[in-house]
Amino acid sequence: MTAILLIKRNVKLFFKDKGMFFTSLVTPGILLILYATFLGNIYRDNFTGALPEGFSLSGGIVDGLVGAQLISSILSVSCVTVAFCSNFLMVQDKANGTIKDFRISPVRPGILAMGYYAATLLSTLLICFAAAGICLGYVAFAGWYLSLKDVCLLFLDVALLVFFGVALSSLINFFLSTQGQISAVGTIISAGYGFICGAYMPISSFGEGLQKALSFLPGTYGTSLIRNHTMRGVLAEIRAQGVPASVTEELGNALDCNIYFFDHKVEILEMYGILAAAAAILLAVYILLNALRKNVH
Amino acid sequence: MGNIIEIDHLMKRFGSVEAVRDLSFRVKEGELFAFLGINGAGKSTTINIMCGQLARDGGTVTIRGMDLDRDVQRIKRELGAVFQNSVLDGALNVYDNLESRAALYGLTGAAFKRRLKELAELLDFGDLLKRPAGKLSGGQRRRIDIARALLHEPKILILDEPTTGLDPQTRKLIWNVIGNLRKKENMTVFLTTHYMEEAAEADFVVILDRGQISAEGTPLELKNTYTGDFITLYGVDEEQVKSLGMEYEALRDAYRVSVPDTAAATRMILGKPELFRDYEITKGKMDDVFLAVTGKKLTEEEENRDDGNFAD
Repeated sequence: MTAILLIKRNVKLFFKDKGMFFTSLVTPGILLILYATFLGNIYRDNFTGALPEGFSLSGGIVDGLVGAQLISSILSVSCVTVAFCSNFLMVQDKANGTIKDFRISPVRPGILAMGYYAATLLSTLLICFAAAGICLGYVAFAGWYLSLKDVCLLFLDVALLVFFGVALSSLINFFLSTQGQISAVGTIISAGYGFICGAYMPISSFGEGLQKALSFLPGTYGTSLIRNHTMRGVLAEIRAQGVPASVTEELGNALDCNIYFFDHKVEILEMYGILAAAAAILLAVYILLNALRKNVH
Repeated sequence: MGNIIEIDHLMKRFGSVEAVRDLSFRVKEGELFAFLGINGAGKSTTINIMCGQLARDGGTVTIRGMDLDRDVQRIKRELGAVFQNSVLDGALNVYDNLESRAALYGLTGAAFKRRLKELAELLDFGDLLKRPAGKLSGGQRRRIDIARALLHEPKILILDEPTTGLDPQTRKLIWNVIGNLRKKENMTVFLTTHYMEEAAEADFVVILDRGQISAEGTPLELKNTYTGDFITLYGVDEEQVKSLGMEYEALRDAYRVSVPDTAAATRMILGKPELFRDYEITKGKMDDVFLAVTGKKLTEEEENRDDGNFAD
């Protein structure tokens, strides 16, 4: 019951703090507008340019593919950046001294830590699911090729990536104690995560060394999962229109649907395993750090 | 009355700074204990160690017979703390604030509601429950801070500058409530304050300077030891006062003569009875004690420079 009431407190504070809530909420919205405005045409030109000579696709399919790439990029970035925005409270409580009020009580540090984690998870899931809904609305407008299974798996991917993002932000925020620090970390994550997870530019477009380095990061597989489930339908439709499988396979490679760990092509189930394990390890380390910190005695 | 807090040879260092140096004192159950000292004297370090927030470098801390090293979780249940700065969540209403804090002590559901009702009556905040804590006045907020500290019915209430910045009426209300609690529940109050008139009401006072005890005793013992008495003389002129041969100070309508003690005052009166037609004898104040002991004045401005909770 203690944990539930702590979660309730943290969630309420998040939604009552207009700054925290709106910052988190607008992130996916801004990304969608920016992507659609500035990157849509570039993606479209890339696809049509990548097709073998003599092949042409209907405008609807190209728009569907562009839409799928846009929303997969947005969602893969948002799941992590929104988690960092939502987890602001953990640092704010340290900065304004509220944490002291908790620490003089007999509540276990692990329960306090889980209170922050669970509350951030709830808030982030809510915002990212809402963002996923908006993104699906955009895809419905641009070109819908998703099956019900794809949609369900997309929500599973978002949930898993949120678990990972919240665990990562919890672990990093554990070491922060001022609002300046959290702002700096937020800025770095917002600016850098999109690149290293392959959301802004496909990892396949990077140099070989960098590709290998990024294949060690769990976020890479989160992006790839979302790409797979948003693009599966449209790639199948491209194949159905007579484009050879080798071409769609190349397209899959170019769009990071296929991720290689050195020479091994990582299967979907392996991606789930990597992401889930990474989230679990980060969470375990976070809880352990809190438990070890616990009291000074 | 047994000891509820026993601190022996407490030591704490921050780098090269010795914040607490071989500190030993006792707090008796049910008493109002005042812990005085300027910023950096070691008060907050001591309190933080008692609350399990800070590791110590040496010494022992025993609270209600429990050793801090072995029973810190149980000790925490016995302590309630009112921080110098309110730590309520400004965006949440009073009810939500108290509900989340009560949960830290396992107090939920009907038990929480029952305790909330008691405290709302005691501290007169029933009409504030739905108000956001951030919209409360300083006095209202402080009452809620105290309610938060009392939710789990602690045996020891630690008050760190509880009435700083409050209007006299609210200060009076708060001290009435604390007085009632001490009577009803035999609660021990561990107080740091810069209001010397509050320290004067304490059962026992410890004055800390540079991490060590400079003086300790009841207010009366401290006044008798560190200050003299004062005779305020009315209806006399300055020449007459000078003739007493003692240090004096001119007031608007009187003169205040310093004497070493009450016996000296009596001798002076008997020696020149014609001057003592309208007069009063008072003991020195706790401000005088503090100044005499530490050579420093404990002023509100100085205390306010410290913007942290439980910071010396």
